[in-house]
Amino acid sequence: MRNMKKYSYAGFMFFSIFVLLVNLGPTAEAQEKTLILATTTSTQDTGLLDVLIPIFEKKTGFFVKTIAVGSGQAMTMGRKGEADVLLVHSPAAEKQFMDDGFGVTRRLVMHNDFVLAGPDEDPAKIKGLKSAAEALKKIASAQALFMSRGDNSGTHAKEKDVWKVSGVKYEGEKWYQQTGLGMGQTLNVAAEKKGYTLTDRGTYLSLAKTLKLGILVEGDAVLLNIYHVMEVNQAKWPKVNIAAAKAFADFMVSKETQEIIKTFGVDKYGSPLFFPDAGKKVEDLGK
Amino acid sequence: MDLILEGIKKAFWLLVSFDPEVLGITLLSVKVSGTATLISLFIGISVGATVALTRFPGRRLAVSLINTGMALPPVVVGLFVTIFLWRNGPLGVLGILYTPLAMIIAQAVIATPIVTGITLAAVQQLPGKLRLQILALGATRLQMVWILVKEARLSLLAAVMAGFGGVISEVGASIMVGGNIKGYSRVLTTATVMETGRGNFDVAIALSIILLLLAYLINLVLTQVQQRERPR
Repeated sequence: MRNMKKYSYAGFMFFSIFVLLVNLGPTAEAQEKTLILATTTSTQDTGLLDVLIPIFEKKTGFFVKTIAVGSGQAMTMGRKGEADVLLVHSPAAEKQFMDDGFGVTRRLVMHNDFVLAGPDEDPAKIKGLKSAAEALKKIASAQALFMSRGDNSGTHAKEKDVWKVSGVKYEGEKWYQQTGLGMGQTLNVAAEKKGYTLTDRGTYLSLAKTLKLGILVEGDAVLLNIYHVMEVNQAKWPKVNIAAAKAFADFMVSKETQEIIKTFGVDKYGSPLFFPDAGKKVEDLGK
Repeated sequence: MDLILEGIKKAFWLLVSFDPEVLGITLLSVKVSGTATLISLFIGISVGATVALTRFPGRRLAVSLINTGMALPPVVVGLFVTIFLWRNGPLGVLGILYTPLAMIIAQAVIATPIVTGITLAAVQQLPGKLRLQILALGATRLQMVWILVKEARLSLLAAVMAGFGGVISEVGASIMVGGNIKGYSRVLTTATVMETGRGNFDVAIALSIILLLLAYLINLVLTQVQQRERPR
């Protein structure tokens, strides 16, 4: 009798593992219906995707796996065929991605802008400056703490661009620190350490209530933050689900979605977090 | 301090209102970490007992490797499991990256050395004469191992707690191989990281409290089982 109990116990464990594995494993059909979207942290941290993805899923029947990483890592996933579609904001790297033949299409979705955020004390006295490069120069000469994403994300790429324009040396300086984290966490670190940081406006606004950081420099044309959607090339990686990727890219530039983007965040923050741009040209943005 | 109170209030509210999303996240945490722990028990107890009861060349090396494995960093496991499971990786045909199954695999890899190491120590600690006695009473080798494992059951329950505690609290591997996908592979730890990044500290604190409660409840049950017998 004791033995019986013992065996039924072991049997029960095996059975439960079996049931769980069967439950959790994907089926071949499920894979065809699955879309891997690699995107930047800002689209997830602002909550925009939480609104858009369920609509897309309901409409098309595809199941979206959103992997929120930096734009750099998202494009690496695309280059390795580990993602089907990319929603990113790092234009120079995107052009390279397309030129290298890893993308099929690249369509403009929306924009907002980057801003320089910093502590109210503003030790480098950059508040109100019109030029972002000028502001970075002042931060460098004041040796005020600057927190960089340091993660090859779109924001990091933009930050490096502006440093380049400013012409000052920042790499390896004591006041220049890299978090290697997403935008939301980097903002928290900057607020805690009373440092300056470059952030997209969307993530800043969605966190503003808990941050002790103000927007100090904004409106410079160089600070435009542009999001594109790109379908990964199936010819390079046969496992890419191109049908789903195309459906998602089409969805992002569709009239309905653009309408949602236009009003997203207005109720919560008083102003929109993103401006829809489908069908426009990059040169015309911000005018 | 206000923030923590706010978080406690939020946790309470999320719990009493049976928030479906939080409930789903909590259940998935239990499911994934529970399954991973079960798998690690099968492998860990068999390997641990075997190594404890046999002598073979290189045994010291094996034991030291197992003990090092108890400190296996979850992110390292996450990285390697990701590379193996990539669509175009060695196990890509399975197509299981960014699924709860992938999380179970990663967590089982993390928990197995913990269970193995503790089992090894527990079984080895039993008096050597016990083995001779059992064999003298006419038990087969397999029966002997079974009796020894049963003899060490108090320590083995500690192995269960350590293994489960290791994986339910783990975030590095889960976020890498699971992807923190809403309603699908989001567990308590990865959701906490995300809500912190979003600046929703109250929700993050609430999720942490739920995680602690869950860990406490499960350990309470295990402790009840473990301490049922009076200490000898």
